[in-house]
This record gives sequence, C-alpha cells and structure tokens, in this order.
Amino acid sequence: MNIKKLAVAGLGAVAALSGLVPTEALAQNEQFIPMLVYRTGPYAPSGIPVANGFRDYYTLVNNRDGGINGVKIAFEECETQYNTKLGVECYEKLKNSGPTGASLVNPYSTGITYQLIPKASVDKVPILSMGYGQTAAADGRVFEWVFNFPTTYWSQASAFVRYVAQQEGGLDKLKGKKIAHVHHNSAYGKEANPTLEALSKKYGFKLTLLAVDHPGQEQKATWLQVRRLRPDWIFMSGWGVMNQVAIKEAAAIQFKMDHFVGNWWSGSDADVVPAASAAAGYKSATFHGAGDQYQIHKEIIKYVYNGNYAKAKENNLGEVLYNRGLVNAMFGVEAIRTAMSKYGNKPMTGEQVRWGLENLNVTDARLAELGMKGFTRPVQVSCADHETGGPIIIQQWNGKEWNMVSDWIPTMRDVVRPMIERTAAEYAKENNIQPRSCT
Amino acid sequence: METLHAVFVAPWLDMWEAPVFFAEVFVSGLLTGVMYSLVALGFVLIFKASGTFNFAQGVMVLFAALTLVGLMEKGVPVWLALILTAVVMVVLAIVIERVMLRPLVNQEHIILFMATIGLAFFLEGFGELIWGSNVKRLDVGIPEEPVMIKGVLLNSFDIWAAAIGAILVAGLAVFFHKTPIGRALRAVADDHQAALSVGIPLKTIWIIVWSVAGIVALVAGIMWGGKSGVQFSLSLIAFKALPVLILGGFTSVPGAIVGGLIIGVGEKVAEVYWGPLIGGAIENWFAYVLALVFLLFRPQGLFGERIIERV
Repeated sequence: MNIKKLAVAGLGAVAALSGLVPTEALAQNEQFIPMLVYRTGPYAPSGIPVANGFRDYYTLVNNRDGGINGVKIAFEECETQYNTKLGVECYEKLKNSGPTGASLVNPYSTGITYQLIPKASVDKVPILSMGYGQTAAADGRVFEWVFNFPTTYWSQASAFVRYVAQQEGGLDKLKGKKIAHVHHNSAYGKEANPTLEALSKKYGFKLTLLAVDHPGQEQKATWLQVRRLRPDWIFMSGWGVMNQVAIKEAAAIQFKMDHFVGNWWSGSDADVVPAASAAAGYKSATFHGAGDQYQIHKEIIKYVYNGNYAKAKENNLGEVLYNRGLVNAMFGVEAIRTAMSKYGNKPMTGEQVRWGLENLNVTDARLAELGMKGFTRPVQVSCADHETGGPIIIQQWNGKEWNMVSDWIPTMRDVVRPMIERTAAEYAKENNIQPRSCT
Repeated sequence: METLHAVFVAPWLDMWEAPVFFAEVFVSGLLTGVMYSLVALGFVLIFKASGTFNFAQGVMVLFAALTLVGLMEKGVPVWLALILTAVVMVVLAIVIERVMLRPLVNQEHIILFMATIGLAFFLEGFGELIWGSNVKRLDVGIPEEPVMIKGVLLNSFDIWAAAIGAILVAGLAVFFHKTPIGRALRAVADDHQAALSVGIPLKTIWIIVWSVAGIVALVAGIMWGGKSGVQFSLSLIAFKALPVLILGGFTSVPGAIVGGLIIGVGEKVAEVYWGPLIGGAIENWFAYVLALVFLLFRPQGLFGERIIERV
C-alpha cells in the first residue's frame, strides 16, 4: 500500500468514526418506526401517496415539535411492491432496528397483515392495520397485538347500507331494492360479503355478488351482467386497476354514477384519472377529509417543504391516499405519546406502544391541537374493542376533485359486533388462543 | 337434477329467451377478442422470426404507452408523439438486436427466452425511472360514447379498437405474404443458419421484426391504455394473450385473430351464463381451459405449423 492509499484509508476511517459517534448517540434517543411501502410495481400509484403521507407526518413531528415529547422519530422505508413475501422480509429486516426495535408496524396490505398476525405476539411488535386486514381483529380479547381502528370493512358495509337507506328515505325503503357488490376476487374483496348478506336478509334488499378476477384489466362480462341486472345501487370493493376500469365501464353503460359507491380503497385520485369527467358523480366511502385545506396541510407546507406549495403538491399533498397516510401516521404517533404518558419520555418498546394503542383516546380537542379538526373523527380504543366502529363519510368526485357529500354515517354495531365476536371466537378455537378478560 | 338443469339447460334457455342480450354478450366478446389479438400479434411476430417466446411483449406494450403519454404530457401534439414513440420503439429494436440478440445467435431457444425475461425486468424498471409510476390518462381522440345498434349497447371505443386492429392485421398479412422482407422473415423463422447461407441478412430481419412488434405494442398500448389508463399493470395484459396464442398457434397471424375472437366470445359467454353458478370470476381461467381443450386435438394450435419430428 503506497502512502497515498494509506492517507485515503486513514481519512476514510476518521470520517466514518466521526460520523458514527454522534449518530449512535442520537440513535439512543430515537423512536424507530418501520415503513413498509410500495413505491414500485403495479400498485405504486396507490402506494406512493400513502408512503409520502407517512413520511411527511413523521418529518413534521420532528421538524415542528422536535419529535414525540422530545424523542425524534427515526423511520426507514422498505419496498414491498405490495407483495406478501417481500413484506414479511421487510418486517423481519426492520423489526429489531432502532434502540428499542420497531414500535409498531403498518403493513399496508391485507396479505402481509395476515402473515404478521402470528408473529406480532412473539416479536412483541403491535400491528396497526388501519381499516384493512383481518376484520375479526377488532376483538381485542383474542387479537391482543392487532388494531384496526377507526373502522373495518364490515362496519363500512353496514354504513354503506345505512347511506343507501338515507338516500332512499329510510331503512324500510330498502325492501325490494337491488344492490350489487362488485368486488375483487380475493379475501379482501370478499370481506364485505357476509355483512351485506346479513343486511340483505334483515332489510329485504336483493343482493348480487359480482366477482372480478385479478387484476381487473378486463371486466366487460361483469358490466354486461350489471346492465342486465339494473341494480339500484352498486357497492365496489376494488383495488388498483380494477377500480379505474370499473369506473370507466360503469360510465360506458350509462349507470347512474351517483348510485355507484366504492369502499375506501376504491376512491383515490388515481382511480378516477382514466375516466376523467366521465367519472363525475362517482362516490366512495372514507374516514378522513379530502383536499389540502386543513391546518395540518398548512403546517406540512411550512415545516416540511419550507413554504414550497408546488413541491408539496408534487409529493401528493391533499390527495386521498396521502391524507390516509397522514391519519395513519398520526394515530401511531399519538399511541406512542400515550405510551410515554405511562412509561416516560424515552423510546418506547413495542410492548409499551401496544399499551398506548389500547389506551389511545384521540378527542376532538386533541384533533384540533394536531391541526386535524374536521379532518377525521375522534377515536377511543379499548381492551375489547380494537376497531371502535367509527363512522364513515361519503365523498364524491365532481370531475376535478373529491368533495364530502354526507354527514358522518354511523355503522350498525348491533349487526357487526356480534359477527366480529363470533369470528374471533372461531379463530381463537382454531389457534388454541385463550381470550383474555377485558373487564 | 336441479344442478344438471342449471348447468346444461338453463343457460341455453336464457340465451334463447333473451336474444338481444345474448347478442350484446357475443359482440362484446368479439370486440374484446380483437383487443387480445392485438397483444397476441406481437408475440407471434417475434416467434415467427426467432422461434422464441418474447416474455417482454407485455412490458413493451406498457413501455410504448408510457412513452406516448409521457411525451403528450410534455406538450407534444398527439400526431408527433405517435411518430416519436414509433421511432423510440425502432431504436429499442436496434438496441435489442445489438446488445441482446446478436451475441445469442444460434443459441438454444430457451437462452433467448431467458434473455427476454431479463429484458422485461429492465424495460419495466427503465420505464418507471423515466416516466414515474402514477396512473396516466391516455386520450388520443378516439370517441368513447356508447352507441345503441338494434338494442345492443356498444362502446364506440371498442368498435374503433376493433377496426384499427383489423387494419393492422390486414397490413401485417400483406407484409408477410407479399413482400420480400416477409418471405425472408419466414425463412429465418424456419432455420437461422440456412437463411444466412442463402444471403438473408439475419440482423436486419431481427431489427425489422422487433420494430414491427414494437409498433404493434404501441397500438395495443393505446387501446388498452385508453381503457384503463397507462399504468404498470398494463404489462399483465400479456397473460390475456397467452390462451389466444395457445389456441391460435404461435406462428400464425390469422391464428392470433381467430384465437382472440374465440377466447373473447368464449370467456364472456361463460362468465355471464355459467359464472354465477360457481361464484363468478371464471373468465380468466376459463380462457385457459378453452385453449387447453383445443390443444388436446391440435397441439400446434388452430393455425400453427404442424409439428413433425424425425426420429
């Protein structure tokens, strides 16, 4: 080794060491949150805004507040491509990162969620599958480590039926009506079916289930059946390209778009792009606001983008799925804050964050403090109820943007909760789980 | 007995009692079939020239559509964007010939097939890098209004797509059978070395074929991208072309068309009349079942060249 190489190696070592020392010191006071993202692949149009929403919220908390009660958030992205196998690999890679390991995990895929559920109690990493994943996980007595608040697919389906009833003039007016459920032919797509079937029997509407095979690029046969059936309302549980094609096909057969309601994974900005003005009138369920007019967005522009609104828009600010990422990140951060109220202002372990999630109480006043007044609904989680059965709201595409067109619609807890408890009990029996007492 | 009636009698009665609706299902199947044929054609072209199944054809559809819509988003007029995209596809064909095919001359077909898998991954990543991952609206001015013809509701976009597909096929048929390049291409498909020995320029033929396959991919990309928006799942449309190829034969342009029509009509009729009996969503796998049934009787496909092995 000549002198020049030796000098370069020496300088490199000094630089590496000098970089390591402060990083290590800082890392000891960081709260690590893994980010399972899908910025590439066929589902990237949905994955990018969600990931940007998470990233911007964590950055906002760090830049504006100096972290959670002084503990900076450290986050690392891992690309899943919405692929279950890759998602599990990402989880395994990141679960021990940071001084206390992963605080919680947001899988952002029902498939990944199902794979992580058995691991959560072993690794002591709570799962927050906000509005997706296994609906029965709402029963906290059986699913101690899984949380799916503010609401689930089953609750959403019940709220959709209530919305239809509101539009038709009452629940008694549902009798004889025809409702079609156009759904992705997967476990996710079929989630709403049992609830819709139960409500069909209860209220006397005729339900038709129309499955669309993955990926849903070609749906002509489905929409021919819709044309023949002439349903009064259509509910859609779609994903990815299936949504975009379905909206175009519905417009092509001249179906009344304001009687076509997607679930909350069928109502993003990307879903209405191909149909453009033909999608005007299309509706979807959601549990948070659309657009960038809320206080939280102003703060993100100021603290994350240094006032550069154009740059923020480039990063999906205000898009439906971006806003979902914000809400999801906020719930996670507030759960960590709740845990700190008991365990002290230091990085929390997964076990402590699980306690925080279970004791989370995000009130209207707290939402206002967070710049999210009117953006989403308050949530109070409990030992037995990991869902909270929160209401939904209907948004409508006017050809240019999404607007809220309903009040918050309560779900039908009396129908859904017994179904959840029954399914959770079956799961507990199959997996030899002794449900814990929540009294 | 009730099940037998539901499977073997009721669907036929249904077709008989509602002929207008059946006509709508049938015609929609035909129009969709043409769209499948458009994708299948690209596979046929490459297979004819090199005996290789081009795994990257679906991604070429995506890449062409992404390039077109990307140029249009940058303010390039539609007509110019179309020309520029066609040029990009020709340049791509030249690069593929230089970098991928030339070093693999006379290699086993499976080696070339593996190379096309690599090409598919490269093109997907390259397209994403340049044009991003968002869904893009593609509007080249093809009308989309629904039209009613004797009680049958059709989408004018589908009719246009079928017409454009038909013109493309007619053009390709003339190209293959009436031009010297077409004849040379068929000679290359039969035997690389024999074609070289009689002075057929293999490299030029490959460039021409990959260029034509690229332009066919562009047309397919416009049609499918117009329906669903241009996005990465567009490459998955290749899976819809596979049963068409199995049925029509990998080496026949008319086979791709007839195969597409049979698959299109078959899957629509099956989905609408038999699908509800088993929960629906049968059209994807039914297309493969249909193709496999044909394979039992004609392993080379409807129009494929007869397989003769000397022992």
